[in-house]
Amino acid sequence: MVISYPQLFIVFLKLGAFTFGGGYAMIPIIERELVHQAKLITQDDFYDTIVICQSLPGMIAVNMAVLLGSKLKGVKGAFLSVLGVTLPSFIIILVIATLFFQAIENPLVLAFFKGVRVSVVALIFVAGIKLLRRNMHGFGFFIATLTFALVAVYFVHPFLVILIMGFLGYIITQINKSGESL
Amino acid sequence: MMIISLFIAFLMIGMVSFGGGYAMLPLFERIIVIENAWLSRDMFIDMIALSQITPGPIAVNSATFIGYQIAGVSGALLSTLGVMSIPLVLVSIVSKYKTQFLKSQTVQAIFTGLRPALVGLIMASVFSVAQTALLDWMSLILFGIILVVLFKLKWHPIYVILLSGIIGIIVYA
Repeated sequence: MVISYPQLFIVFLKLGAFTFGGGYAMIPIIERELVHQAKLITQDDFYDTIVICQSLPGMIAVNMAVLLGSKLKGVKGAFLSVLGVTLPSFIIILVIATLFFQAIENPLVLAFFKGVRVSVVALIFVAGIKLLRRNMHGFGFFIATLTFALVAVYFVHPFLVILIMGFLGYIITQINKSGESL
Repeated sequence: MMIISLFIAFLMIGMVSFGGGYAMLPLFERIIVIENAWLSRDMFIDMIALSQITPGPIAVNSATFIGYQIAGVSGALLSTLGVMSIPLVLVSIVSKYKTQFLKSQTVQAIFTGLRPALVGLIMASVFSVAQTALLDWMSLILFGIILVVLFKLKWHPIYVILLSGIIGIIVYA
C-alpha cells in the first residue's frame, strides 16, 4: 500500500490537531494509523523509530514525523509531516496568545488562572513521582537527587546540568565495564 | 536584536530537550523568565497550563507563545523553527545510520545518566512553580484535592485544569 503526499500530510495534521498532552500521547495513535491500519510501517521499524526519537533531543512528535515522513516519502514527505504535526498547535497558540494577553487583566480570568496554576504544580508533581518510582535504585536516585540539588538549590544552569549528567552516565558505565573485565 | 536572541534561546532549548516537556521546564524558566524576563513567573505557569489544554508538544506550544509575546507572528515563527532545527538535523543524520545508532553503547551509557536526571529536573520545576502558585492556605487545600483527583480518580489533565480554574473563580473572584 502506498500513501500520497496529501494523505501523509493529513495523517500528521490530525495528530497535531487532536493529541493533547504532548508527544507521548501521539505514539499509540501513530501506531494505529500507520502500522495497524495503513500497514505502511512494520511493527519493528516503528519501535526502532521510537527508540531513536527518545534518544535524541527534540519533541518526540516532531522527530517521529521526520523519521516516518522521510521513510515513506523522502525529504518532501518529512517536510510535509513536520508541517502537518506542528501547524495546528502553532495556529491555535497564536489565537490563544492573542486572547490571553488581552483577557488576563480581567479579574475573573485572573482568578481562573490563579486556580489553574495550582493544578499545574500538581500535574508536574504527579509526572515526577511516576518517573521517580522507576529510578529508586542507587545510581539513578543519586543522579536524580544531584540534578535536583544543582538546579533547584545551587541554581546551576539546567543546560550545563543536562550535559554533565549525560557525561556522568557515560563515565559510570565505562567504570562498571572495566570493573567487570578485571 | 531581540529576534536573534529569541532564535538562539530556542535553539539552545531544542539542543538539550530530552524526555518530553516537563523535564525541560527548568531550562525554559532559566532562559525565558530569569535571564531574559520575557515572561513573568505567573505568566510562565499560565503558559504551561495553556500548552496542556491545547494540542501539540509543549515545547512547540511554548516557543510559539513566547515568540508571539516578544515579537508577534514573526517571533512565533522564528522561535518555533529555532526549537526544532537542531533536533531535525540530528534525526536526519541518525536515520542514515540507524542500525549503528541503535546498537551504540555510547548512546545507552549517556542515557543511564540522562534518564534519572530528567526526574531531578521535573522535581526542580515542581519546587520552583510551587513557590509561585502555592501562596495561601486556599491554594494548599486545592493542591491536596487535585492530587487526590489525579492519583485516585485518574482524571485527564484537561479536566483537572478546568476544574481548578473554576474553583479559582469561586475562591478568588
